[in-house]
Amino acid sequence: MDDLIPQQLDARRLLCPMPVIRTQNRIKDMRTGEILEVTCTDPGALSDIPTWCRINGHRVIDTETVDDEIKIRIEVDGGQ
Amino acid sequence: MLATKVIIDQGIHVEGINFFTGFCVEGHTHAIRNKDRKREKRNNSLWVAEQLGIKLHIIDVIEEYKDVLLNPKHGYGANMNPCLDCKGFMVGKAREWMEENGFDFIITGEVIGQRPMSQRKQTMPIIAEESGAHDRLLRPLCAQNLPLTLPEREGWVDREAMLDFSGRSRKPQMALAEKFNFDDYAQPAGGCCFLTDAAYSIKLKDMWTHRGTRDYELDDIMMLKVGRHLRPRPNFKIIIGREDGENRFLEGYRKLFTHLRATDHNGPLALLDGSFDDDDIQLAARIVARYGQGRDAKKVDIEIKQQDREAYQISVQPMPNEEIPKTWMI
Repeated sequence: MDDLIPQQLDARRLLCPMPVIRTQNRIKDMRTGEILEVTCTDPGALSDIPTWCRINGHRVIDTETVDDEIKIRIEVDGGQ
Repeated sequence: MLATKVIIDQGIHVEGINFFTGFCVEGHTHAIRNKDRKREKRNNSLWVAEQLGIKLHIIDVIEEYKDVLLNPKHGYGANMNPCLDCKGFMVGKAREWMEENGFDFIITGEVIGQRPMSQRKQTMPIIAEESGAHDRLLRPLCAQNLPLTLPEREGWVDREAMLDFSGRSRKPQMALAEKFNFDDYAQPAGGCCFLTDAAYSIKLKDMWTHRGTRDYELDDIMMLKVGRHLRPRPNFKIIIGREDGENRFLEGYRKLFTHLRATDHNGPLALLDGSFDDDDIQLAARIVARYGQGRDAKKVDIEIKQQDREAYQISVQPMPNEEIPKTWMI
């Protein structure tokens, strides 16, 4: 599953909850098992997006912070 | 959180909705100021949903909310807060969501008399009516003080299990939280909307007055929260970062605004908003120099970058503090 080419979402410069909203709206149009990679700069996203994923049944595969950029990879419906 | 728990305990499936207007405090403040970067970063609505084990839908209503703020039928509170219109709008959006997603009724955590404008006994029916929710709007924390609603009449919820809270005291809510073993919850008593903040409201009105139009974009209302705002002349204002976190935030707007920064001393980034000529820029540069480490120097070099020009540099005398009138501060 993790080998799928992830879809990209650029949420840089957006402050929470906008990265969560953009993630939520994008995932609405994705299928089970697809991967979304969200790039953000708000450190709040590192807490908010995984929380949103947990309560909505998606799985955070991993997160990575390089300089001021955060990447969060999510498997759609992977938490159910 | 309490109202939801009361309904969940009746065996009813509940999902949460959180609206983002652009004026929500917690959403903005996570990332900007350095002193806030070390604080625990928690979106309270997400945190509450996780504690309760319910789904949460965060809905962007920034565009639609403009009409609520600009044309409130019921007016404003102490500042620019259109609380009653806001409540009616949000319950109305919740009703739309309920209809689109096959839910049966809406609950809110409102309590009669809790807030002076939007949570009075007289305003409760106004919200129910203007939102179009009518008797599908249930307030579990004070339902026993209000007429029967559809979920109570139909027996979907037990009215006897609803509560009869009223008044400004939050002691009954705190007691209920203890009963539910909630030892952590979002701080009560507002503070979650910039429109209730006097200083923010003044900046918002200043922006409208000097632009000659009552309108805004998300970037506008974000920037009102950041930096020191000075209006030395009616035609322009200066936004000056107060610390590194704010300077970093303002850097994201450099392509949209003329910006200034000292090159021979450490100092803040400043953006100019409005229309200005070379004399205005000279004045702005002196002010910006005053807020940097060169404030006591005879001259400070300031780089200016305008959208349609190459960056250039001028050398200015920092403006002494006593020459900056308080009336310039917005």
